[in-house]
Amino acid sequence: MNDRKTATRSGRAPDERVVVTGIGVTAPNGVGTEAYWAATLNGKSGLARITHLDPERYPTRVAGVVQEFDAAEYVPSRLIVQTDHWTHLGLAATAMALDDAGVDPAELPEYEMAVVTASSSGGNEFGQREIEKLWSKGPEYVGVYQSIAWFYAATTGQVSIRYGMRGPCGVICTEQAGGLDVAAQARRLLRREARLVVTGGTDASRSPYALTAQFTSGMLSTRDDPVRAYLPFDVDACGHVPGEGGAMLIAEGESAARRRGAVPYGVIAGYGASFDPRPEPGRPARSNLVRAIRLALDDARIRPDQVDVVFADAVGVPERDLAEAAAIGEVFGPRAVPVTAPKTMTGRLYGGGAALDLATALLAIRDGVIPPTVGVTSPAPGCDLDLVLGTARETPVRTALVLARGYGGFNSALVVTAP
Amino acid sequence: MITGLGVTAPGGIGTAAFWDLISSGRTATRRISLFDPTGFRSRIAAEIDFDPAACGLSPQEIRRMDRAAQLGVVSAREALADSGLTLEDVPPERRGVSIGSAVGCTTGLEEEYVVVSDGGREWLVDPAYAVPHLYGYMVPSTLAVEVAWTAQAEGPVALISTGCTAGLDSVGHGYRLVQEGAADVVIAGATDAPISPITVACFDAIKATSPNNDDPEHASRPFDRDRDGFVLGEGAAVMVLEEREAALRRGAEIYAEIVGFASRSNAYHMTGLKPDGREMAEAIRVALREARLNPEDVDYINAHGSGTRQNDRHETAAFKDALGEHAYKTPVSSIKSMVGHSLGAIGSIEVAASVLAIKHNVIPPTANLHTPDPECDLDYVPVTAREQPVDVVLSVGSGFGGFQTAMLLAQR
Repeated sequence: MNDRKTATRSGRAPDERVVVTGIGVTAPNGVGTEAYWAATLNGKSGLARITHLDPERYPTRVAGVVQEFDAAEYVPSRLIVQTDHWTHLGLAATAMALDDAGVDPAELPEYEMAVVTASSSGGNEFGQREIEKLWSKGPEYVGVYQSIAWFYAATTGQVSIRYGMRGPCGVICTEQAGGLDVAAQARRLLRREARLVVTGGTDASRSPYALTAQFTSGMLSTRDDPVRAYLPFDVDACGHVPGEGGAMLIAEGESAARRRGAVPYGVIAGYGASFDPRPEPGRPARSNLVRAIRLALDDARIRPDQVDVVFADAVGVPERDLAEAAAIGEVFGPRAVPVTAPKTMTGRLYGGGAALDLATALLAIRDGVIPPTVGVTSPAPGCDLDLVLGTARETPVRTALVLARGYGGFNSALVVTAP
Repeated sequence: MITGLGVTAPGGIGTAAFWDLISSGRTATRRISLFDPTGFRSRIAAEIDFDPAACGLSPQEIRRMDRAAQLGVVSAREALADSGLTLEDVPPERRGVSIGSAVGCTTGLEEEYVVVSDGGREWLVDPAYAVPHLYGYMVPSTLAVEVAWTAQAEGPVALISTGCTAGLDSVGHGYRLVQEGAADVVIAGATDAPISPITVACFDAIKATSPNNDDPEHASRPFDRDRDGFVLGEGAAVMVLEEREAALRRGAEIYAEIVGFASRSNAYHMTGLKPDGREMAEAIRVALREARLNPEDVDYINAHGSGTRQNDRHETAAFKDALGEHAYKTPVSSIKSMVGHSLGAIGSIEVAASVLAIKHNVIPPTANLHTPDPECDLDYVPVTAREQPVDVVLSVGSGFGGFQTAMLLAQR
C-alpha cells in the first residue's frame, strides 16, 4: 500500500470521559429506577416461588420474576407480538432511561447514536413456543416472527429501529459479564465516533426449557424458601436463583452531555477483562479475576484504597464465592473495602445482571448509600470480606467497582466514579 | 495483521479446500441431509461433510460441543497452526478471542429439546432427560469459551451476536482490541451451524430462503434476475490477528492487513431493506476514511450478495452511493452462490475469501449468474474466477436487525 491519500482520522477523543446520564430498570423487586432503588435500599426482595408456570417438576422453584410489569405500558402492541418478554423488558427499560436522560433521539445525528446490549438466552420463551409448534404440528405452523424474536440481536435491533439510532450497534454475549462488556463497548464507541449510546441488557430465562437448561450449570439453588435460597458468601450458600430483567443506561461523552445540561450519575472510568484457563480434572480452578480488577483500576487511574464499595459477582457457589473473596482480598487487603451483592434481592439476571449492578453502583454514588446483601448472616470461613449485611450503609461513595463473571470463565471489572 | 487462517466450509474441510471450491466456481448447495426436510418449503442447504473425529476432536469434545462449537474449534486449530504462534511469542494473558455467531448453539438446543419435551409433546419439559451440557448450549458465549480454551487465551474474550453481520463485526471487534493494545493477538472469527428444523422453518415462514428444491446446485443466484432467496449454509472461519510490529518481529507470514472497519444500522425494519442502501453506503465511507483510502483504491468488493430480491438491489445501490463511478469499474462477487449463507459465520468466511483473493490475486466468481438483472448493473464476475492484481478488498455484510458492516483489507 503506497498511494493511500491522507484523510481526516475518524477517532476524536481517545481520553474523553464517558458519563451515564440516564438509567432505566426492570427488576424483580421494582419496575422503574426509583421503585427498584427504594426496594433495594429497604432490603425488599423480589425472589418468590415461580408462578408463571407450574414449577413443581423442576429442581428450582424460586426465581426473581418481574412483577406488575405490563408491557403494553411501554411497548406498542404491534411490537409486543413480534418480540419476546426479554425484549419487552429491554424496550421498557430503554424508554425509561431515555426519559431519565432527558434526551430526544430525534434531535441527535442519526449515525452518532448506537445501541449495544448484552444478551444471554435470547428470546427463549418465544422460541420454545415456536419450536413446540414445529415439533408437535409441523413446519408450516412456525410463525413469521420467530426469525426476529428469538435471536440474540433482537433487543438491539428493535431499540435501534424504535429510536432511529443508525450508528454502530452491537450485541455481546458473555453470560453474566455481558452488562459490563457492553458498557466498555459504549465507551469505546463514544470515544471514537458516537454521541450517545444506549447500553445495558435484560434477560428472561423463564421458559420451561430455559429453566431446565440453567439447572445443568450445576449452580442453581434447589432450596424452596425464597429467603434462604440465594446466600452468596454464606456458610449456607447453595447456588443462586435465576432472575429476569436488567437495566438500560444512556452513555454520553461528558462534554456533549454537559453542553446539553445533563446531570450525569457518574463516569465509566475504567474497565478490565480476563478469561480463566480451562479447568482441569483433579486440579483446583485458577481464576484470573484479580487481573481484570487490576486492569480496571489501572485504566481508571484509581488506587485500591480509593475504592469505596465493591459490587460482587456473588454467584452463590461456595468454591466460586471463595475465589471471588480471595481475589478481592488480594487486591484490597482483608476486610478493607465494603462489599455488597444486592442481586440477592433479584437473583442472577445473566445478560441483565451486570447492567443492573452498574445502575445500582451509580445510584449508590448519587445518594451516598450502599445497598445491603440480604439473607446472608454467617459469612463462610475464608470469605474475609466487609459484607454490607442486613441494612443499607450510609457513607459517601465516590468510586465503585463492579465485578461480573460469565459462565465458562469470563471475568469483567468496571470502575465508576462520581461525576 | 492477519497471520493465520482456518476455514471449515461447505465443499471441504480446511482453507485449501475452501479456496479450491470458491476459485473453481463449483457449488456446495444440495438437498438437506442433516435431517429429513420433507414438508419444508426450502429443502436445500450448503452442508459440510463434517466428521469431527477425523478433524481431530476427541470423544469428550465431540460429546460436549454442539456442531457450531466443533466447527469453530476445528477452524481455530487450523488458524493457530497456520500462524505458527507459540506461547513464547504471546502468553495467555495477552491473547484475546472474538467469535461471532447469529444463532449460537440452536442445533444442539433443538436436538435436546426434542428429547426433554418427548418429541415436542410436553410444554413443561422433563428436566430428568437433560444432558449435562445443556446450559452450555443455551448461552452462545460457549462458542467463544471453546475457542478460548483452544487458543489458551486468558485475555479479553467475547461472543459477538449481531445476526448476519456477526462474522464481520467479530473480526472488527478483534481488530479494535489489537489496535487498543488490550491484547497482542486476537483469535477472531465466527461459526454457525443453523441447518436444523427450527431455523429452516423460521426462514420458510418469511419466504427468505430459496424454494428451488429441484435444482439445489444452482439455487443460490446472487444478482441474477431469477434469484429467489438465499440458500442456508453452515461453517466457520477463524483468523489470527496480530499487532503489526509483533508479527514482523516473530517473522510471521502475513496474509493481509485490516485497514478499516465500520458498522451502521438502518433503523428501518428487522428484515426489510430500503432499496437505496444508504446506511451500508455510510458504513463503507466511514471504513474508507479510517483506512485513508479513496473509492478508486478498491480493487474488489466481496459482497453480502445473499440472493434475496431486496438484498442484492440494496447492496448494488450502496456500492454506487459510496464508490460513485468507480463502482461500475470494480469487480463484485458473492461466494454465497457457492457456500450458501451461514448466517453469523459467513462474514468471517468472506473475510477469509477476501484475504485469499489478495494472496492469490484471484477474484472468486459469483456462480449461477447467467441472466443479468437490470437493477443489478455492476460487474459481478459471473461464473468463472478472474485473475487480476488484488491489493484492496472491501467486504460487506447486512443482516436482520438492520445491521450494515464494512471492512477493508489490504495487501501489506
